This record gives sequence, structure tokens and C-alpha cells, in this order.
Amino acid sequence: MFPFLTVLIVLPAVAAIVLRALPASARHASRPIALGSAIAELALAVVMAVRFVPSAAGDHQFAQVHSWIPQIGASWAVGVDGMGLLLILLAVLLTPLVILAGWKDDDDADRQMKYLGLILALESFMVLIFAARDVFLFYVAFEAMLIPLYFLIGLFGGEQRRYAAVKFLVFSLVGGLVMLAGVIALYGAGPGGSQGFLTDNLKGLSMSTTTERLIFVAFFFAFAIKAPMVPLHTWLPTVAQTARPGTTTLLVAVLDKVGTFGMISLCLPLFPNASRWAAPVIISFAVASVIYGAVLAIGQKDMLRLVAYTSVSHFGVMVLGIFAFRQTALEGSAFYMLNHGLSTGALFLVVGFLIKRRGSAQIADFGGLQRVVPVLAGTFLIIGLSALALPGLSPFVSEIMVLVGAYPAARAAVIVAIVGVVLAALYILLAYQKIFTGPVRKGLEKTPDLSLREKLVTGPLIVAMVVLGFVPGVALTVLRDPAAAAITTTVPANTAAEVSQ
Amino acid sequence: MLHLSWLIIAVPLASAAVILLAGRAARKWGHWLAVAASATTVIVGIGAFVQMLGLDRGDRAFHETLFRWIPGGELSVDAGILVDPLSMSFVLLVSVVGTLIHVYSVAYMEHDPRRSTFFAYLNLFIAAMFLLVLADSYLLLFVGWEGVGLASYLLIGFWNQKSEFATAANKAFIVNRIGDMGLILAMALMFAHLGSVDFAHAFAAAPGASTGVLTAIGLALLLAACGKSAQFPLQSWLGDAMAGPTPVSALIHAATMVTAGVYLVVRSGPIFAGAPNALLAVAAVGAITLVMGAIIGMAKDDIKKALAASTMSQIGYMMLAAGLGPVGYAFAIFHLLTHGFFKAGMFLGAGSVMHGMDDQVNMRRFGGLATLMKFTWVTFGLGWLAILGVPPFSGFWSKDKIIEAAFIGDGWKPWVFGLTAMLGAGLTAYYMSRLFFMTFYGGKRWTDDQHPHESPLMMTVPMMILAAGSAVLGLVLARGNAFTAWLEPVTGTVAHGEPVLAVPLIMTLTLILVALGVAAAYFQYVSRPVPITEPRASVLTLAARRDLFQDTVNGALVQWPGEVLTRIAVYADAAAIDGAVNKTASGTAGLGEVVRKLQTGKVRSYAATMLVGVVILLAIVVKGGR
Repeated sequence: MFPFLTVLIVLPAVAAIVLRALPASARHASRPIALGSAIAELALAVVMAVRFVPSAAGDHQFAQVHSWIPQIGASWAVGVDGMGLLLILLAVLLTPLVILAGWKDDDDADRQMKYLGLILALESFMVLIFAARDVFLFYVAFEAMLIPLYFLIGLFGGEQRRYAAVKFLVFSLVGGLVMLAGVIALYGAGPGGSQGFLTDNLKGLSMSTTTERLIFVAFFFAFAIKAPMVPLHTWLPTVAQTARPGTTTLLVAVLDKVGTFGMISLCLPLFPNASRWAAPVIISFAVASVIYGAVLAIGQKDMLRLVAYTSVSHFGVMVLGIFAFRQTALEGSAFYMLNHGLSTGALFLVVGFLIKRRGSAQIADFGGLQRVVPVLAGTFLIIGLSALALPGLSPFVSEIMVLVGAYPAARAAVIVAIVGVVLAALYILLAYQKIFTGPVRKGLEKTPDLSLREKLVTGPLIVAMVVLGFVPGVALTVLRDPAAAAITTTVPANTAAEVSQ
Repeated sequence: MLHLSWLIIAVPLASAAVILLAGRAARKWGHWLAVAASATTVIVGIGAFVQMLGLDRGDRAFHETLFRWIPGGELSVDAGILVDPLSMSFVLLVSVVGTLIHVYSVAYMEHDPRRSTFFAYLNLFIAAMFLLVLADSYLLLFVGWEGVGLASYLLIGFWNQKSEFATAANKAFIVNRIGDMGLILAMALMFAHLGSVDFAHAFAAAPGASTGVLTAIGLALLLAACGKSAQFPLQSWLGDAMAGPTPVSALIHAATMVTAGVYLVVRSGPIFAGAPNALLAVAAVGAITLVMGAIIGMAKDDIKKALAASTMSQIGYMMLAAGLGPVGYAFAIFHLLTHGFFKAGMFLGAGSVMHGMDDQVNMRRFGGLATLMKFTWVTFGLGWLAILGVPPFSGFWSKDKIIEAAFIGDGWKPWVFGLTAMLGAGLTAYYMSRLFFMTFYGGKRWTDDQHPHESPLMMTVPMMILAAGSAVLGLVLARGNAFTAWLEPVTGTVAHGEPVLAVPLIMTLTLILVALGVAAAYFQYVSRPVPITEPRASVLTLAARRDLFQDTVNGALVQWPGEVLTRIAVYADAAAIDGAVNKTASGTAGLGEVVRKLQTGKVRSYAATMLVGVVILLAIVVKGGR
């Protein structure tokens, strides 16, 4: 069996090292090298996806277990179920697009090499974290990916980049440290031994109610920071406003999914009782995020902050779907993780194109662009409509699955969350109105429309959303079993039957 | 051709995609491709209709699953189409009226540099509208529902270089979204209590559900219908939607899309059957809107806004009929069809007048156009007679049936609904005659640079065809109760109730009211000169000119509190939440301190401290693990 996952993890890391090792005279080649390796990575991931057996999507396929640090029970254990597979595909699809989108961001070859090296290093960690089947390995990836991100924000951001980088680091480290305590306690509660951190060995442990709840909270806290839940979300707007749109794309579209991914693949299966215990509170915070994030998005003056807050709102929908413990809702949440990545990733990138043209992210600095750059306007509108979950585009399918699917379990929460549908229309359309309609703003008359390179960046994402909007089955077939697995461990069969009555 | 019905959706959708993707290249041929696509839907639609007529009454429901949309799980939804007499009625209305308006638009939009884009949006609209009426589940219907909303948004804002037009487009979309919440909630309720969101299963399970559940679903559906059909209290967007090019007003905001709410209610008959209170709410909303629209229509000087108010009012009639339950369903759809013809015809007439008057919309600046624009005058006149309900024109057959049906029942309801519907007929006669007289009769009140002229044949021929429909469609469909019988497989057999007043008496009283309305308008706008500026008026007229303060009310109740809330939230997020987290995040020192440390290189010690902590913890683990 070809070790797909290990190679997918190692390949971008090697490419990053190659970039660092390039002699100064060859540094102008860093862009093609980075793009080439990212495309190779994508191709390999597609081959893996084709080999993936959908009928066994609940199992972790392409699994490998090697002893890593047996003294502490850590293993190099990787494998993906349907959900992990889709998130890896998302990560390796977005990476080359981000590289392409930032093709002209740096004039300086040295800076360019450093930026691309960090992006590739990040890609390596992104694949690792969705493939990790060992809690310690997961934790290491969780912390290690902060390093490239810290530098991506701190070295390549705009004004206040140091503040943003440190804020990001502090939030993440606090979450990480709390989780570390949970990781250690979990090991203590587990069977121990040289494979004591394998996720599969940590399921179904008998723990006291208090222990289980405490460890659950430790994990959930870290994940709630990642999947920016109110009131732990404030790092995101700061980072989004400051970092390059490409960095933010990977951060929000992919890395924040570690939060929701962790909730589904760790919190639910490892701490089923505590998950049920905490669900009502978590759902309340999730719904608060939906509304609060949307209201804040409406009030933003900066496009990047606006998109960041829309994500706070969307993550609220995902968390709601997870903690309703219903098949349709959780399947919808897992699907939403993919769709939000496509939609928000595209939105950050297209906003980046706008900023590049104007030199400003302030909405008030734009106006009337639709008549000047119709293709850019249309692209922005389609992507914006996906963010407000317009039917025909894939985010709709996932959002409706969460709202409709969670309703039997969490009626009041869903009714409140539905208000988000109106708020989403407000934050997207008001922004569109201010940026693209009305009389053309002075100084914008000569703005160039989307270039071929920019179309190549947004095109695949839009196509993916349209295809998944009409035939979501492609993705849903591999998400059904993972969702079912998460639910059956969390909600015992008799309870599940009761709920469905 | 029934098995080809999916083409009715696919052809215009594909055409829209081709035109939009072709961009500038489509400028020369885009409009003709769109017309051809629309014409194809007429051919397929009529073919399917003829085939359906050949079937037994009980077999007239063609259901086909196209593909599996959302697979497996509890919520399994196929993308399928349902062609039955109800959806077929819409297919014929939308394809015929839609194609006529496509043709009209070729001339109307001739000088617009973005004409091909306009046609792509028109095609997108009809595709979504067909999907809405052909869908076999609420979820797929919702795709069409939002699709027509998107097309409406794009077309209202077609000239969005004008800021107020962009605002109008936003308003339409956002108010519609408030209604959409209802449809999503209805689907959630159906999923929870009926186990499915497709028509067949949901309707089969409906009789087993409690009245409370069905009432909740019914009210949620009503909310959706109010948004799409501009019914009280979500009516405020329709007047502003007149910002769109006039053919759009005719097709979307008069003949088809705005009637989707009526379709939704009638389609959901099996749900409303178990929810009499929800039906009563539908009827009440219809009655309120019918009066509101009529009052607003009496005061508007903008020809398009007056017609929009009329549309609101006429859809109020349809809602009222639908709210009467099975006895009114067929009449609601009947009036929907005749209204589709005469109102589309009159909007195109208004467009023709504007075309000849340099886009003037103020009726106080019209007058005496009858002799200069003969085709427009005659075709508009037929529409006017139809909406008045003058026999034997179309509106008489459909509206009179609604008034009669509103008088059926026990207790207070027939009196309230019946008298409202009857009074509405009089108000309609007044405001439509006012509009007709101010435009075509009386003295010439044009501005100096205007030279009114008749529009080209490309525009007047569609108007003539619609006018012919306005004249005879009602009579044709009413003969031998043909239309009621046609819809019977969907609406069910209805026990015939007797109105609380004798039918001839109702008819006579209605016609007297209509005559009074016309007479009042005649004395005010033909016998006397029409002032060029708005005259001083009573409080009621002033209120009507301002749409009965709908925007003021919405502003005070929703918009203003919303804006204040948003500002507070933005401030609180920065000051309270972010501030608090920043402080706790790095202890007493504050985040600023960390930043300073970073800048002075002390971050290394910070990181080192953390690393030491991690190592110690790991050591504990290793020890504990052994």
C-alpha cells in the first residue's frame, strides 16, 4: 500500500526546505517550484481520493501506525475517514490557489521565497492534523502549525502585524496549553503503554463523570478558540484585517476547521457523556455566534474584518449542527466545513483582489465598480451569494441540512439561528451595494478587471460550489458514515431511537 | 412531451449561462438566443399540455425523478418534477407571457449597452420560476423560490449606477429573505413532524399530524408567501421594485413571481386542510392587503407605482380566495391567470407610454395620449376593462367568482370578507380609471420637449396579444366551469356552498360599485383639468401617497433599532469582549506588555518559560505513564 498520507505530509515540507536551500541566484524560481509542488500535492491527493472506498467511509483508510516516541506512548498514526479526506482535499486545493493569488505580492525574491516556504510548511501541517490518529501527534500538529502562521502574520502582514501575530499566538497557546492538560489527563485515564495515545485506544474509557467533563472542557476550549466561537473570537478579526488575504484564506478556510473537526473526531467519540452534558450550553453559544457574528459583520467598515465576522456566524451554524447529535445535522455540519472553506476562501481571495487594486480594505473607499469591472463584480456577487447560502451553491445544502436536521433536537436554537438567514443577506448585499453600485467613485474609473490568473484562482472554487450545490451526493456519501459513527458513540442507540420518535 | 418537461427549466437556464459566460461577445446575439430559449418553453409547454389533455382526469399528474439530490439519511431529497394541472397552468402562463415580454424587451432595451445581460437575467428568471412551480418538494421549490428572488434582485438593480435603484434591489431581496425564514421554518417543522419535505410524503402524512403542528406550518408558509407576494406586512418592497426596467415590472412584479405566494398556499392545500386558523390568517392577510393596495393606488401619480399598488391589491384578492380553502383555490389561480395577462399588458402599455415620453412616469404630465398612441390606448383599455371586472372581459369571470366565494360561510366571516372584496372592486374601478383617464384623456400636460409617439410593432404586438387575452381568456376558461374542473385533481372536489347573499344581488351590487368608481374618476380627471402638481389633500390621501407610512413604520420598528443594535454590538465587541480577553489573556501585564517584550527581544524568555512548562508537564506524563 502506497503511504499516501505520509507522502502528502512530507512532500510540501520537503518543498519548503528546498525553497530555503535555494541559492540566491535561483530564488526567482521559488514561485514555480512552490506552485509545482502544490499542484503535485493536489494531484496526489486526488489520486488518493479516487482510491478511497466510499462504502467504508466511516473507517480510517490509508492507515499507518508506526512507533514514534514509545516512551510516552506516541505513535506516527495516520488515516482518514470521509471527513478527513474532504478537509485534506480542501487544504491541498486552496494552497495552490493561494500561491497563484499572491503571485505578484512580493517584488523581492528573498521575501517571496520565505513567504512561499511558510505557506508550504503550513500545508504540511494542515494535512497532518486532519490525518492524525494519535492524540499526541494531533496535539503536536496543533501547536506546531502556529509557527508558520505566526511568521506569516508577523512578517507579511500589514499595519499592526506584530500585535496581530502575538494576539493570535497568545490565544492559540492558551487554548493549546489547556488542551495539553487534557491530553495528559486523557493519557493517564487511558490504557497507557507504547500506543497509549492512539485515538482508537482512548475510546470508551471508563472515567469518573468529573474527569470526563474536565478533560472534555480542556479539549473543547481549545477547539472553541480555533472555530472562533463567541466570546473567544476576537483574535480572528484582528488577524484577518492584518494578515495577507492568502494567509487568512488558509487560516479561516482550513485551519479553523481543526476546531470543528476536533469536536467531531475527538470530543464526541472520546467524551460522549460529557458532550451530551455540555450540549445545551454549547448550542446556546453556537446560536449566539450565529447572530452575534452576523450583526458584527453588518457593522464592519473593513472588508476583511467583515468576512472574518461572517465566519464567526457560519462556524456557529456548524457547531449547532454538531451538538444537536442528529444524523442530518451533523452530516450537514461536516459538509459545511468543506463548503465554508470554498466559499470563505474565495471571498477572502476576491477581497484581496479588490484591496490590491485600491490599496485599501475600507468599504467606504470603493463605489460603483460594477460598471468598471463587471467580471470582478459578478465573481464577488456569486461568491457573496454562496456566503448567504443561496440555493444552487453548495453552502445552501449544508446550511439547510443543519437547520432542518437539528430542529427536532434543538427547536428554539434553530428558530433563532434562522434569523441569521436575513442577517446574511444584509451583510453581503450591503457590502456589494457600497462597493459595486452607485456612481463610479473618483479614481476608480481605470480599475482593471479580473486577470486570467485571478480567474484561475476563483474559477475552480465557484465551479466546485456549483457542482456540489447540485450534486452534493459526491461529498455526502463519504460523510454519512463518519457522522453516523460520531452520533452512535455519543447518543446510545436507545436514546437515538427515542429522539427520532 | 411530458417527459421532456425538464427542458422547460433547463433550456432557459443554459441560455442564461451561455450569455453570461460569453460576456461582450453575446451583445450581438444574446437577446435572440434568450427569445429562442423562451419560445422553446412555450413549445414544450404546449406540447405537454396537449398530451395532458389526452389523459384521464385522474392521471393528470406526471411525476419524474431527475436525479438524487440529497442522498440517504433521514432527509433524503430527490430532484424531481411534478407536472399536474396546477403547475401546468403556471407553465403556460409563464412561458407565454414570458416570451411576449422577451420579444417586447428586444425593442424596449434596444439602446442599452448591457442588453444581453438583461436577457440573460430574464432567462434566469423564467428558469427559476419554472423550477419553483415544477418542483416536487418544498426544498427544490425553495431553490426556484430563491432563484426568482435573485433574478428579481438583479433586474430591479439593473440600472444600479443610480444609488436608489441599488437600494430598491437590496430592499426587495432582504424583505423577501424575511419571508424565506418562514419557508425554512416550515421545512424544519415538516421534517420533524411529517418526516419529509417532498410533497407526496408530507401531504400523505399531514392528516395524521396535530392541528397545532399544521397551523404552525401553515403560518410559516404564509410568512413566506407574504414576502414573495408583497402581502401585508411584507409589502413594502414592491413599490420600490418599480426601479427595474418596465418589462421586468410586467413579468416579475406583476404577472408571475409575485404570485408565487398564492401558488405556495394552493399547493399546500393538504396542509391547510388541517389548519383552519392558518387559512383564516391567509384570508385576513389577503383582505387587508387588497384594501391597502387599493388605497395606495388611488393616490399615486407615478404610473408604475400605481400599477404596483394595484398588483398588491389584486394579489390580495387571490390570497383572500386561497384563504377560503378548497372553495377558493381554483378561483385564486383563475384570477392569477387572468391578472397575469391584463396586468402584464397594462405594464407593457405603461412601458410603451414611457418609451414615447422620454421615460416620464408622472401621470400628471401625461394626458390626451389616446389619439397619438392608438395601439397602446386600445390595448391598455382592454386591460382596464378586464381589471374593472366589466363583463364579458377576463377579470369579470375571475374576480366576481372570488367575491361570490368570499360571501360563502357562517358567522361574521362571509360578511367581512365578502363586503371587503366587493368594496375593493369599487376602489379598483376608481384608481384604475384614474390612471387610464389621466394617461389617455384630458388635456395635454406634457413637458415642452416631449413628442409622444407610438412604439414599434415589436412592442405593440405583444401588447395586442396580451390584450386579446385580457378580453377573452376569462370567458374561455369560465365556460362550463372548464378551469375549475381542470384544477379539480389538485384542489379536490368541493361541496358547493351558497353565499349569504343571492348571487345576482352580489353581481349587481359589485357592478354598481364599479360604475360609481369609474364615474368618480371621470368627474375628477376628465371633466375637470388635472393639476400638474400634487394638489393639497386630505390626511388619508397624504398617507396613501406615502404608502400608508410603511417605510416609516418599518424604519421605526426594525431598521432603526437594528442599526442602533449593530453599533452597540460593534462597540461592545471591541471594548468589552476583546478588551476583557486581552487583559485576561496575558494577566496583569496586558497584551501590550507582551508586544513590548516581543519588540525588545524578551519574547524568547517568554517562549522559553512556556517551553519549560511543557517539558515539565511531559515529564510528569512519562513518569505517570510507566
